[in-house]
Amino acid sequence: MGESMKTKQQQAYQQLANQSAPPRPVVRNVVCAFIVGGSICLIGQLFWSFLMSRGISPKQTAAMVSGFIALLGAVLTAIGVYDELGRFGGMGAALPVSGFANSIVSAALEFKREGMILGMASKMFVIAGPVIVYGLATAFIVSLIQYAIGAVVK
Amino acid sequence: MAYLMAFLIGGALCAVAQAITDLLKLNPALTMVLSVSAGAILSSLSLYGPLVKVASAGATVPLPGFGHVLVQGMLEGATEGGFIGLMAGGLKAASLVLTIAILAGFFLSLFFNPKG
Repeated sequence: MGESMKTKQQQAYQQLANQSAPPRPVVRNVVCAFIVGGSICLIGQLFWSFLMSRGISPKQTAAMVSGFIALLGAVLTAIGVYDELGRFGGMGAALPVSGFANSIVSAALEFKREGMILGMASKMFVIAGPVIVYGLATAFIVSLIQYAIGAVVK
Repeated sequence: MAYLMAFLIGGALCAVAQAITDLLKLNPALTMVLSVSAGAILSSLSLYGPLVKVASAGATVPLPGFGHVLVQGMLEGATEGGFIGLMAGGLKAASLVLTIAILAGFFLSLFFNPKG
């Protein structure tokens, strides 16, 4: 919801809430994010090394590792573990693709009660949708520029 | 060594995202969106590829890696099929993660209820 859509009352409330809220412990949050995010990537790297040792191509390996971490995040979300991890790790849990899967699965579970079409299937993209839309739009623009100036190099 | 680099770089990306979220008081969803776009831009500037070489999973697992995959898929598609290849290449490269995440959302919602 944009700022402009909020009523005066809501804005006043928001201001009051911001004033009285305790300052976020930034350093603690950053350290937690580092540990959680780094650990998830470490798990990914274990799978990465295993796949590479099996002679799988680097590109395929990268895709399979991301898929594996996404699946891990999805399952941990369903059994209620990932949201705890998110409370502790903040962006450390949200930034890896497991956090992307978490945003889909948690919304799917949450909105199941509103129906399987306009609830679960629709609302699962409440965060993943913007990520895909803006990611794709940015990727398209920069790729098109690079393609247009003939600078397609790997 | 590969494990250490994956931990350090992956952790550092998350730490930077957390710092930006906290200091600019952003919604975490906005940070996720910005991260993918940032990854896409860095990728086209040939800055993200070297990071993947150094950190492997530490660079591909966080969301900027998703933007990187989209751009590299589009550029690869462009070399093979021009503009149409470019359009098709992005999601093709990202298809495994997207399919797993969406199918997981669907099937897990059949068997699990939200906790808490």
